[in-house]
Amino acid sequence: MNTMTILMTIVSTTLIYASPLIFTSLGGTFSERGGIVNVGLEGIMVIGAFASTVFSISFNETFGAATPWLALIVGGICGLLFSIVHAVATVNLRANHIISGTVLNMLAPAAAVFLTKVIYDGKGQTPIIQQNMSTTDIPLLSKIPVIGDIFFSNTLVIGWIGILLAFASWWVLYKTRFGLRLRSVGENPEAADTLGISVYKMRYSAVLISGMLGGIGGAIMSQAITLNYNVSTIAGQGFMALAAMIFGKWNPIGAMFAALFFGFAQSLSIVGAYIPIISGWNDVVFKVAPYLITIVVLAFFIGKSTAPKADGETFIKSK
Amino acid sequence: MQSNFDQASCAIELKHMTKAFGDFKANNDINLKIKKGQIHALLGENGAGKSTMMNVLSGLYQPTSGDVFVNGEKVAMTSSKDANNLGIGMVHQHFMLVDDFTVIENIVLGAEPTKAAGILNLKQARQKIMDLSEKYHLEIDPDAKVRDISVGMQQRVEILKLLYRDANILIFDEPTAVLTPSEITELMAIMKEMVQEGKSIILITHKLDEIKEVADECTVIRRGQIIGSVLVKNSSEQQLADMMVGREVSFKTDKTKSKPGEAVLKIENLSVKDSQKVERVKNLSFNVRAGEVLGIAGVDGNGQSELVQAISGLEKSSSGSITLDNQNITNLKVRKVTEAGLGHIPEDRQRFGLILPMTVSENIALQSYYCKPDSAHGVLKYNYMNEHARHLIEQFDIRTSSEKSETGALSGGNQQKVIIAREVERNPKLLIAANPTRGLDVGAIEYIHKRLVDQRDKGNGVLLVSFSLDEILNVSDRILVMHNGENMGIVEASRTSEQELGLMMAGTPLDKIKKSKRKVADK
Repeated sequence: MNTMTILMTIVSTTLIYASPLIFTSLGGTFSERGGIVNVGLEGIMVIGAFASTVFSISFNETFGAATPWLALIVGGICGLLFSIVHAVATVNLRANHIISGTVLNMLAPAAAVFLTKVIYDGKGQTPIIQQNMSTTDIPLLSKIPVIGDIFFSNTLVIGWIGILLAFASWWVLYKTRFGLRLRSVGENPEAADTLGISVYKMRYSAVLISGMLGGIGGAIMSQAITLNYNVSTIAGQGFMALAAMIFGKWNPIGAMFAALFFGFAQSLSIVGAYIPIISGWNDVVFKVAPYLITIVVLAFFIGKSTAPKADGETFIKSK
Repeated sequence: MQSNFDQASCAIELKHMTKAFGDFKANNDINLKIKKGQIHALLGENGAGKSTMMNVLSGLYQPTSGDVFVNGEKVAMTSSKDANNLGIGMVHQHFMLVDDFTVIENIVLGAEPTKAAGILNLKQARQKIMDLSEKYHLEIDPDAKVRDISVGMQQRVEILKLLYRDANILIFDEPTAVLTPSEITELMAIMKEMVQEGKSIILITHKLDEIKEVADECTVIRRGQIIGSVLVKNSSEQQLADMMVGREVSFKTDKTKSKPGEAVLKIENLSVKDSQKVERVKNLSFNVRAGEVLGIAGVDGNGQSELVQAISGLEKSSSGSITLDNQNITNLKVRKVTEAGLGHIPEDRQRFGLILPMTVSENIALQSYYCKPDSAHGVLKYNYMNEHARHLIEQFDIRTSSEKSETGALSGGNQQKVIIAREVERNPKLLIAANPTRGLDVGAIEYIHKRLVDQRDKGNGVLLVSFSLDEILNVSDRILVMHNGENMGIVEASRTSEQELGLMMAGTPLDKIKKSKRKVADK
C-alpha cells in the first residue's frame, strides 16, 4: 500500500468507528450541561443498536435502500424512550444519577439478549442485516483533488453528519434561548428557578436529547459496523463516549474531536497492520489500545476538565 | 402599630399572613404595610422569620393563611414568575448567579430577548442593561464571567437583573453581609437613588447602623411575629436593638480588670508558609497569659488565618516554636494539640467547626467521641452523648427542637453556640476564637462576648482574632496588630484608640508611632 491509500484507509476507518462515539458523546454533553450525569449511555446505545437491527431485518424489503437511515431514526426513538427511565429516576425521584445510569446499563443488554432469543427462535444473536450503512463517495466534495480522495471518498456519510451536528449543537447550546436555559439548570438550578425557568422541564429535555443521540449512536454501531446485534455489539462505546465528552470539556465540538481521536484508536485494530512503524506489533496491542487510551486520557484530563457546576446534583424545588 | 392611609399608597400589604411548616409557624399572623417610595427595614434576629416572609413575597412560598396585597390588589402568587410579573424582585443573600455565564447572560436569563426561532439577541439586551447601569450608577463589566468579578459587582448584577425585569419593589436580603465598607457605602447611595426614582425597597438586615442610615420605617420581627413598626428618625439604635432581642441589650461587654498570670501560650519566632509556599506569618513572637484576652487586630488576609491554623495544628509552621501550657506543640497533630489544652472556634463555622448533616449531639461529641464516656471499645454510647448534649443545650441556651436535630437546620447564632459549648465545656487552657461573631445578630454577639470573658475569668487564656475593631476593643485586654504577617506591636486595650490601631493595621509599627509622638511632644 502506498502512503495515499494508507491515509485514505485511516481516515475512512477512523470516521466509521468515531461516528457512534460522536453522536453518543454529543448526547452526553447535552445531558450533563443540563446537570444530569448520564453513565447510562452504554445501555442506551444497546437499546438503539438492538431496536434498529430488529427494524432493519423486519422491514428491509419494504423500505429498500432507505432502511438503514430509518433504522437510525428508530434507534434514536427507542433510545429516547429508554432514557425516560433515567429522567424519571433522577429528576422526579431524586435518585443518584450514577446508580440510575448503572441500572440502564445492566437492564439494556439483558433485555436485548432476552428479546433476541424470543424473536429469533432462541438464538443468541440476530441474523445479519441485509441493507447496511455502507461507505460512499460524497457528491461534488469527493471530486476535489487529494482532499476529496482522502476525506470524502469511500466514506461514511453519517459520520460527516455527526461532525456537522457537533457544530450545530454548539450553536444551540451557546446561541439560543433553549441552550442558555439548559446550561443554567446545569450550573445553578436554584438561580434558574428564581428566574422562573422550569428546572424539571429543562432537565427532562437534556436527558431525552441524550437518549435520542445515544440511541442513534448505538444504531450506527449495528447498521455500519457489526451488521447484527449480539452481546458484544456495544462493548464500552458508551463509556468511551463519556470519556470523549470529558476530554472535550463538555463542549460539543471538543467532544466531537475527542470522539474522532477515540475512533482513530479503535480503527488501529484494522489499519494498524498497514502503518509502517507499528505494523509488526501484536494484534492484541491494537485490540486493547482504545480502552487503554481511554483510561490514560481520563486519568490525565478528568481532574483538569471542569464539569458543569451542578452536574449530578439533585434539584429539589421548595414549596 | 397601624397607621391609616390609602391602600393604593402601599406597595405591599400583608394581612393576617401565616406561614407554617408542619406545626411550626415561621410567620404568625403578620400584618405589614410597605409604603411606596420608601425604604422599609425589616429587623430581626437570625431565625426570626424574615426570610420566610420574603420568600412568601417573592412567590417561592405560598402562605398557609392570610392575604397578600400588591399595589392595593389582592394577589395569589405561586411562583417567582408571578412575583416577577407584579414587579417584585429579590436580591438573595446568597447570590443567585451562574458563575460560568457572563454578566449579560445572567441578567437576561429567563427573560431573554430573541430573534426568530429562539435565537438569542444579546445586542438588544446590552443596550437596555447599559442604560440601566448608567442611570443607577451600577458599574458592571458586561462581558466578564461572573466567577471572575468581585462580590460587589456580583451584587450589582443581581440588582440589574431586577431592574432589567422592570421591578418596582426590590427586596434586599442582608445585602451588606458580604461587602467591604466602601461597597456598603456605595450600595446605600444606590438604594437611596432607586427610592427617589419611585421604587420601593424592603431591606432585611440586623445591622442597626445601616437601618439608621437609609431606612424610613423599620418593622421588628421576633419569633415569627411582628413586634412593632417605628419611624427610623424617631428611634435610636438602642431602642431598635432592645425591640429585636426583647430585652435590654448591652453593646459594651461588662468585665472586670484582668488578673493575668503565667503565659499559657508562647509563640517564638514563628513563620508559616501557605500552600503556594508564600510566607504568610513572619517571625512572629508573643505570649497569651492566663486570665487575659489577647486580641489580634488586622485587615483580612494579613496572616491571621495562617497563624491560627499553625497554633491549632492544621498547618505546619516552617520555623519557630509554639508552647502551650509548657508543652511544645509545634507541628503536633491536631488531636495532640487539642488534648494539650486548646479550644478552637474556627473562622468558618460551617466548613471547619461543624458537620452540618450530623445531629447536634454528634457535633458536640466531635472532640471526645473516641474516649470514655462517649464511647467504649469503639462503640458510641448514644444514650450518654444525647444526655450530655441535652445538658449543654440547656446550659448554653442553644435553640434547637432537640439534640437529635440536624445541625444544619439551626440558625447561624445557634450553630456557633454548639461550637462554643463543645469547646468551652472542656475548659481549655487556651481558647482561640477566630471571627466568632461574623454574620450574627446583636443578641448572639453579646452572648458570645460574655462567654469569652467568662473563660478569661476562669483563669484561662483567650486569643481573639477579629476583623472588627469594635469587637477587639470591647473584649480584649491587650491587642496585637498584625500586618503582612508581622507583629506591629502590642498595646493595652484601655490605653489605645481606634486611630492608633488603624495606623498599625496600615503597617506602621508601634515604636514608630511612639517616636513620632515623642517628636511632636518635644517640639
